[in-house]
Amino acid sequence: MARFIVSRLIGLVGVLLAVSLITFLLMHAVPGGPFDAQAMQRQQMIPEAIKQQLNAKFGLDKPIWQQYLVFLGNAVRMDFGYSFSNSTRTVIQIFQEQWPYTIQLGLLTLLFSLVVGLGLGIGAAIKQGSWLDYTGTFVSVFCLVMPSFVFAILLQFFFSVRLGWLPTGGWDSPKHWIMPVLANSLGPILILQRYTRSSMADVIRANYVRTARAKGMSERRVMLIHVFKNALTPVVTVGGPMIAGLITGSFFVESIFRIPGIGLYFVTAVQNRDYPLIMATTLVWTALISITYLLTDLVYALIDPRVTYVKAS
Amino acid sequence: MSITALPSGQPVERLAAARQPHTLWQVWLRFRRNKLSMFALAFIILQLLVAIFAEQIAPYDPYKGDFSVTWQKPTREHLLGTDDLGRDVLSRLIYGSRISLSVGILSQLVIVMIGLPIGALAGLIGGRLDYVLMRVIDVFSSIPILLFYTLMLVALGSGFWNIIIAMALTGWIGIARLVRGQVLSLKETDYVRAARAMGGRTRHIVVTHLVRNSLTPVIVALALGVPGAMFAEAGLSFLGLGIASPQTSWGQMIGLYQGYIQTSWHLTVFPAVVLAVTLLAWFALGDGVRDALDPTLRL
Repeated sequence: MARFIVSRLIGLVGVLLAVSLITFLLMHAVPGGPFDAQAMQRQQMIPEAIKQQLNAKFGLDKPIWQQYLVFLGNAVRMDFGYSFSNSTRTVIQIFQEQWPYTIQLGLLTLLFSLVVGLGLGIGAAIKQGSWLDYTGTFVSVFCLVMPSFVFAILLQFFFSVRLGWLPTGGWDSPKHWIMPVLANSLGPILILQRYTRSSMADVIRANYVRTARAKGMSERRVMLIHVFKNALTPVVTVGGPMIAGLITGSFFVESIFRIPGIGLYFVTAVQNRDYPLIMATTLVWTALISITYLLTDLVYALIDPRVTYVKAS
Repeated sequence: MSITALPSGQPVERLAAARQPHTLWQVWLRFRRNKLSMFALAFIILQLLVAIFAEQIAPYDPYKGDFSVTWQKPTREHLLGTDDLGRDVLSRLIYGSRISLSVGILSQLVIVMIGLPIGALAGLIGGRLDYVLMRVIDVFSSIPILLFYTLMLVALGSGFWNIIIAMALTGWIGIARLVRGQVLSLKETDYVRAARAMGGRTRHIVVTHLVRNSLTPVIVALALGVPGAMFAEAGLSFLGLGIASPQTSWGQMIGLYQGYIQTSWHLTVFPAVVLAVTLLAWFALGDGVRDALDPTLRL
């Protein structure tokens, strides 16, 4: 087990190096670089530009190498320098001040979508073909086809502009939280509902569930001990990356509802070409996602005794 | 069934030829039973026609402003109203459908042209090539996809072709992984072994057995990839990174006028509804295609 974790962590370092390099090169390919935006607009220039970009990736000229090494040296010490667009604050300070908003939104969203997604998924699987099942299908199709930014705008239009019930933006009171959480939870609800339903439906028909019923176990015990425990295992695998996605925030929801989270800052950073902030965000997010994947795998091994990461000798 | 219908003594090639259209016909018959998907197909064909004949259909020039009718709510002259420069919203939506549809379809074509050969090669040859491919997949699957698109478009600049490039650079990985897995498992099937034992050349085995049999999940992934790409284009244009003015896209319209929702709701609500309905139609089509081709692929 320890070997598995160590090898995964080494892999993570490799991934982070690769991602930082890609991001670094992408950023340095902007204006002054060898490929200017004007030429890129023309269709016939594209294949050559990509080739050049790939060439640059492997045959770097020295100054860029040195810049990259300096960046790496600082990044290891968690020093990403000052933000270009907010020059009074370091990137780390921006993270410290803005990320809590994003995390709060993410956790509220998680809570809401767990209740709705799991509830609808479990209900739909237990009572297949009932109104609950149809509601679940309807909700998941809605979540699938409705982009969060479109839903956010429609919510804003009806509840703020038309009805005047909720404020259009901000993050001061629970009243401000309702619409962002709703808009943000489309994806999580879709994933949770679908996975829970299909995995529950499989388990309910499993032989060991039939055996448990035949033994004369009460329906409650069958559901709690046999069905839920086994059905929710696959849900954990999608839940991990989902949490990572939630606490890294949504550009769209944050910018539409003017929540001063890190997602909003990333959008402004991109528009202002704020390289230090872009680099830091990309790396932190990548690390976070990879670590969540690792944790998910470990949790999976914990709750499902059939999963093991030690190679049989 | 078709075998018994054929007179005995027919050459094998004839038999194969008789079966080929038969299966496609069966797929169509199964697809046709799904009412929602048929409705979606009709909608998409209509939308394609609207996009192709946009010049003839659009009531106004989508790029030409008319300063006597700025910020108008829907009227009889301008069915969906006008924007800040007095441009007709309906006409802009019609021209926007060109962007949405072509980004969705083109990006998937490029993705399959890159991903299919790479995945097939990795699955076939294995070894070092396969190892490298898997590491590349590791890296790309740990970058948040939207973050990557955003970075790409900042580096390349906004524009139609740059969106396609950004999507192709990440999208081929999914297809390559899919095809690789398929090839790995198909390689071990009895009919491939039989073909090899009968002296079939590698080229023949790859084309007829491996690639053709891994096409079903690829087609399904592509059908569901089209709305995914439209979704991404709308999101990027919404952020001001995708389609640049004067070209118009639905996402761009939503992004540009979201600040004016209090006074001019029609500028954001109409493109939002059109986008959502289009995505619904494509997802329904993809669902129908998947169920018709192979119902076991369903989640």
